[in-house]
Amino acid sequence: MDLWFSEMHTPDVKLSLRVDKQLYSQKSDYQSIDVLETPEFGRVLVLDGNIMLTERDEFIYDEMITHVPMAVHPKIENVLVIGIGDGGVVKELTRYDQIQSIDLVEMDEMVAEACRQYLPENASKLDDKRVHINYGNALKYIRKFENKYDLIIVDSNDPFGPSEGLFTKEFYGNCYKALKEDGIMVNQQGSPFYQEDAVAMQRSHKRIASTFPICRVYQAHIPTYAAGYWLFGFASKKYHPVDDVDSKRWASLNLKTRYYTSRLHVGAFYLPAFLEEMLEEVE
Amino acid sequence: MPGFELDQSNAPIYEALETFRNMRVVPFDVPGHKRGRGNPELTRFLGQQCVGIDVNSMKPLDNLCHPISVIHEAEDLAADAFGAEHAFLMVGGTTSAVQSMVLAVCKQGDEIILPRNVHRSVINALVLCGAIPVYVNPDVDKRIGISLGMQREKVRKAIEEHPNAVAVFVNNPTYYGVCSDLRAIVDMAHEAGMLCLADEAHGTHFYFGENLPVSAMAAGADMSSVSMHKSGGSLTQSSFLLAGPNVNEGYIRQIINLTQTTSASYLLMSSLDISRRNLALRGKRIFEQVCEMANYAREEINQIGGYYAFGKELINGDSVFDFDPTKLSVHTLDLGLAGIEVYDILRDDYDIQIEFGDLGNILAYLSIGDRVQDLERLVSALAEIRRLFKKDPTGMLSQEYIEPDVVLSPQNAFYSKKVSLPLEQTLGRICAEFVMCYPPGIPVLAPGEKVTDEILQYIGYAKEKGCSMTGPTDPHINNLNVVI
Repeated sequence: MDLWFSEMHTPDVKLSLRVDKQLYSQKSDYQSIDVLETPEFGRVLVLDGNIMLTERDEFIYDEMITHVPMAVHPKIENVLVIGIGDGGVVKELTRYDQIQSIDLVEMDEMVAEACRQYLPENASKLDDKRVHINYGNALKYIRKFENKYDLIIVDSNDPFGPSEGLFTKEFYGNCYKALKEDGIMVNQQGSPFYQEDAVAMQRSHKRIASTFPICRVYQAHIPTYAAGYWLFGFASKKYHPVDDVDSKRWASLNLKTRYYTSRLHVGAFYLPAFLEEMLEEVE
Repeated sequence: MPGFELDQSNAPIYEALETFRNMRVVPFDVPGHKRGRGNPELTRFLGQQCVGIDVNSMKPLDNLCHPISVIHEAEDLAADAFGAEHAFLMVGGTTSAVQSMVLAVCKQGDEIILPRNVHRSVINALVLCGAIPVYVNPDVDKRIGISLGMQREKVRKAIEEHPNAVAVFVNNPTYYGVCSDLRAIVDMAHEAGMLCLADEAHGTHFYFGENLPVSAMAAGADMSSVSMHKSGGSLTQSSFLLAGPNVNEGYIRQIINLTQTTSASYLLMSSLDISRRNLALRGKRIFEQVCEMANYAREEINQIGGYYAFGKELINGDSVFDFDPTKLSVHTLDLGLAGIEVYDILRDDYDIQIEFGDLGNILAYLSIGDRVQDLERLVSALAEIRRLFKKDPTGMLSQEYIEPDVVLSPQNAFYSKKVSLPLEQTLGRICAEFVMCYPPGIPVLAPGEKVTDEILQYIGYAKEKGCSMTGPTDPHINNLNVVI
């Protein structure tokens, strides 16, 4: 039998993966959740028909969303992660001894359960004693805090589904309030390539830029995401992501990585001309 | 809630349209777009499903001007669902329902008792028919600066002083969700031989939810205008006019036909039919959820600090006899922000559109289609607005109720010879037109009322704060028509 899963990147472009087996398929209160076994990308988590992560390429995302801010801010101790995924981001964070507390907020408990069962490799780190998991709405969670976190990582879905609230000005404003005076917020910022994604990316960049004094965008190549080309937002009250990066300090931690390097850190902030133009348009 | 006599799972207009669609009838009648073929751009925009049922009255689909088959059945089902003697499908908005209601009971020179905080459509009807308003000043809540309901004693006094008035008109509820003691007012009116009319533009859900204020039909009122398109989920512009046993159905139909279109839209009528079915079958659960969401939002907003999201604690046994918990109104003045300013910031900076903002409050309209995650956005945005825009509230005006000085009947003033004068020169003159903020559409000045210093100050302040003022012939409201 020839079984393929396709994700529509636009109405006219799709990415298809051959599927060996569908391991899990449920509907939660928020979305449909599927886990597929594929020959090329290993196990794949799919939410509402969109690939969230694959065993094969998720290290790129997890490393880029954590090591970039960790190499810039000298003393990150309290971290908030929004969106649990399979625990990959938390796994990277737990490698830093300096971190004292990792608060996690996840809207959909069924996603976490599905990942624990079918993508268990990273999930073990969710049991680290520094990790505190809260299930609920992130907007509601964060508006109660002021001057609490050194780093907020927004590991959200795309902006067209239940995660829409995590791309809004009110969310970014409440993150600003919840961060300490030298705090950093890093978020996944979508892809700049296809029209609909590009407009959403510009909208969220505009909102972040109007909230934080320092707001830069960096990029990574992630094969299973739209156009294989993904952006992250770096928003900060004090530290500049390139001028203030402390590569020596980071190197001294001796963390082995597969994608992130100190040279790539700087390079990731050098953007193609079309993207620079799109960002400047809304800054 | 009582059970229904008819099978509420039927939707005769909707069913007739489905049958009609399947028959693939060749149209040599209006509308000229012929199921959308003649207007492909419109069809692309609205969808074939939609333009395909934009059809004309014909035997199998009945005729709203004289319903004898499917529309008649739909009206019977609606009457059953709302506990009314008769229900009329309305396609000209609740404005047309309110006007038909007033025109059906008042004629030239008749008096009608009503609160001054009525919607403009009521006074418009008085312009049309020449009836004389007898205003009952609504009570005012000093802290939040909103007009409340009518006190029983004031209604009694108005009835005593105007024994020949033909009807008492009641908002059930007001825009803010405040209800007067409707049962008592109905009894007082009936004892005096008057009818009781209700504007339930904001009260559709009273008929279907539990633990909500009493509906007009349940309270024994004689007619009510119900905005099905507000909390009931039907398409904009569709409404019901409900009637009790004391009024003549055929005469009301004649009155409606004086001003109603003879080409009623089947999109609107089918939306009324389907929405009525939905509320009859599922309304109880739906409005329970809406109430829960509104209560949750009130709690969260009140925790932010500075805002006051008011609710049932306003109930005082008289001018706030009951409160509609689905209305999410928030007093903003303590943050140094006018409601209209918060309304504008929510839209411009946060892409959140709420129902209205006035001088001291905002109102977010919650209904059948809301989701908790969107409420979280609203609450979070309000928290941000407080953090970023809070200022000293000294010098902020609240929405004070201005008692009108009625000199001429609305009709006399509207049709009299008039002159357009700059606003500042109108002091002491008799206004010949309406001035209001829209929404909520409650007139600051109505035709026939004296222009006072207080009113001019209010207009100036409301304009400065960014309220959309409407009514006068001068769109910028720099000039006002006054009676010569």
